[in-house]
Amino acid sequence: MTAVDAAARLPIPARAKRPMREHYLNESYGLRSWLLTTDHKRIALMFLAAITFFFFIGGIAALLMRINLITPTGYIVGNETYNRLFSLHGIVMVWFFLIPSIPAVIGNFVLPMMLGARDLAFPKLNLLSFYIFVFGGCFTIADVILGGVDTGWTFYTPLSSEYLTSQVVLAIAGVFITGFSSILTGLNFIVTTHRMRAPGLTWFRLPLFVWSMYTTSAILVLATPVLAITLVMLAVERIWHFGIFDPRYGGDPLLFQHLFWFYSHPAVYIMVLPAMGVVSEIIATFSRKRVFGYKFVAFASISIGVLGFLVWGHHMFVAGQSVYASTVFSFLSFLVAVPSAIKVFNWTMTMRKGHVHFSTPMLYALGFIGLFTIGGLTGLFVATLGVDVHVHDTYFVIAHFHFIMVGGSVMAYLGAIHYWWPKISGKLYPEMWGRISAVLIFFGFNLTFLPQFLLGYLGMPRRYHNYPPEFQVLNVMSTAGATILGLGYLLPLAYLIWSARYAKDAPPNPWGATGLEWQTDSPPPKDNFYETPIVTEEPYNYPETESAYA
Amino acid sequence: MISRRVVILNGIVLLILLAATAAFARVDLGVWNTPIAMAIAVAKAVLVILFFMEVKVSPKLIWLTAAMGFFWLAILALGVWTDVMTRVAIFPR
Amino acid sequence: MRDGVVAHQFDDLEQQNEADRLGMWVFLITEVLFFGGMFTAYIEYRTIHPQAFSIASHHLDYWMGTINTALLLVSSMTMALAVHGAQRGKRWISALFLFCTIVLGLGFLGVKFWEYAKHINEGLVPGRGFKYMGPYAREVELFMSFYFLMTGMHALHMTIGVCVVTVMLLLTLAGKITRVYHSPIVIAGLYWHFVDIVWIFLYPCFYLIGGPK
Repeated sequence: MTAVDAAARLPIPARAKRPMREHYLNESYGLRSWLLTTDHKRIALMFLAAITFFFFIGGIAALLMRINLITPTGYIVGNETYNRLFSLHGIVMVWFFLIPSIPAVIGNFVLPMMLGARDLAFPKLNLLSFYIFVFGGCFTIADVILGGVDTGWTFYTPLSSEYLTSQVVLAIAGVFITGFSSILTGLNFIVTTHRMRAPGLTWFRLPLFVWSMYTTSAILVLATPVLAITLVMLAVERIWHFGIFDPRYGGDPLLFQHLFWFYSHPAVYIMVLPAMGVVSEIIATFSRKRVFGYKFVAFASISIGVLGFLVWGHHMFVAGQSVYASTVFSFLSFLVAVPSAIKVFNWTMTMRKGHVHFSTPMLYALGFIGLFTIGGLTGLFVATLGVDVHVHDTYFVIAHFHFIMVGGSVMAYLGAIHYWWPKISGKLYPEMWGRISAVLIFFGFNLTFLPQFLLGYLGMPRRYHNYPPEFQVLNVMSTAGATILGLGYLLPLAYLIWSARYAKDAPPNPWGATGLEWQTDSPPPKDNFYETPIVTEEPYNYPETESAYA
Repeated sequence: MISRRVVILNGIVLLILLAATAAFARVDLGVWNTPIAMAIAVAKAVLVILFFMEVKVSPKLIWLTAAMGFFWLAILALGVWTDVMTRVAIFPR
Repeated sequence: MRDGVVAHQFDDLEQQNEADRLGMWVFLITEVLFFGGMFTAYIEYRTIHPQAFSIASHHLDYWMGTINTALLLVSSMTMALAVHGAQRGKRWISALFLFCTIVLGLGFLGVKFWEYAKHINEGLVPGRGFKYMGPYAREVELFMSFYFLMTGMHALHMTIGVCVVTVMLLLTLAGKITRVYHSPIVIAGLYWHFVDIVWIFLYPCFYLIGGPK
């Protein structure tokens, strides 16, 4: 028997005995050390668990909807249940998955490290933000158990204010409460970015992810309170018959839509700006080049944030809004596409003459660029008054926003998870499975949503549980795509969890990337850095190669 | 830092403005009642912000933050109001 | 944030103070937008129902509204004086003015609830108990809806403010607020002044429309 065989027969603890470096995951153990933590990294992981749970709830709702739409007359659920399913899907995916996704998971984990700080400005508020999120989520779960809400995620009056067929108040209570979680996150990020940057880290030395998160935080803080008060007014009208949106009392149902969309349009920028920030980081790293036109990208983020507040009326073109207001909103909606286009151009130019590596995060980022571009271009279609009259409330709109939110934001979110996974877990995920999943998701996504553009243009309305028989082929294609997409999402869940336990350890900087977060260990120590870093260089200062664009 | 004298003076000015707005409301000035009341309210708010909330002696960032909040509210209010004011029937009844 | 000591995420007390102040201001602008949604709705309805809002305003007690505004303006002054005292380490002066602020705030709430009771008796609460039958009855009910919603939301914030200032008073009496460490009082003051500003706009919006009776 050789020494190796003898060693292989030792009990496991003896074999695994190695000095363990202390980091944020093992510096304390036990449920209390997690549930009462103020460490932004642990809070980020708790958010990760929570939103993954909600992603599956929203996803199951979507799957049931798509299965129902295999046949023209509806297949497994009745029309009332179908209404509750699409409402659940929208509410959960928007407020309990997408809005917190990159900010509360990636932002929480990575932002303080990118700034060279030990933690956020208000760590206890950060923990409070998590518990508020969970508390709000409980209301939503309760709503589902008690029968669900059927108004759609948009809660339009007078259906939501007057008709007692579903659990409206529970649903809006859940959203109202969770809104405060977003507000606190945004507040924390703004103060941290202003006041806690490391020495030498001026604004134009910040990674572009920080610019995106800062803009997102400003939107969170300015827009979410309007949603909160709108839901209060709706609740008050529903419970005490205050008549705020009721024409019989001189009220205006369209006022609800104004107030709702004043938040909900900027909300879509809350969902896409962090994704764009992630893409900037990934493209730079895997092109080994600094981002082309850094200042243009930074100011484009700010422009998107500002212009995003000026376009909400484009959701109300056919709702009775003044035609003059609609014209102005249409024009502004065209304008808001410009900074997004600038970003896409700059990302493309970043890759030009760079050393491009098609790693898993890069595949997701490239998927983002392509799919976001399609989604954005179709946004111009719906921003056009005349076209929108035809496609409003059809599957065209659904395809448009899913291209951006799923083809864009969710892919960027997955890219971010993979990109920062070595930092978060100290492990390397299996690259082959990562690439397979990315391709599968890309394929499944396109098969799901491209047919929906056609369906919408041909006239299939949204939020209907049935449809004319001539639309069946496209619907079946869409459902097939949704199934593949669902399987694609399950794969990362499986291999990422596997990797946390069994994969190879990650070095501090597996990608050879610039940025402060990569200058510390993987996983990081509790206070992120052993010494406060001092920044003296420009961001993305990759060494120039002969062929690189100067 | 704002001195105690300025704080007390500010309080007195605010009460004078209150008396003024209350008095103006008792007089029928037609369309001018509302703008005057609003102007006085804005003046009071500005005085509270500058002197009680110490924005006058605070860093620029604080001033900017405060201004942003009210500016954004103006965007919302103006957007809604201009829609309401310009709704006309496109087709004759 | 423990008494007088800098929290671990900050490098020094100055950074902590600046972060606290900026944080409270960011929170206050969320409150501006929160109340602002209601003001936006109010602006629309006042524009399209001018006569109804005028008539409805006359049903509110002009003197109670004016007295309440005076109480709040003076309470803002006393709060600013309390902060002023705390910044200079004058514990008892600061405590005295905090106490005055609380009393004035409670006075405001007292008047408000007296008004509400009066409205309930007069049948002006929207919903099933609404008894006003004069011209524009439906729009008057809309006005009253906004009155209760907006002044009620304001009263809720006042109540929170009174609780916060009470905590500040207790901290001051316990000696936890010093010339060096007085950030909690500063940010409590910011909150209090903001609630005052909301009322500064609520007062003319509800009590002062429609000219003399």
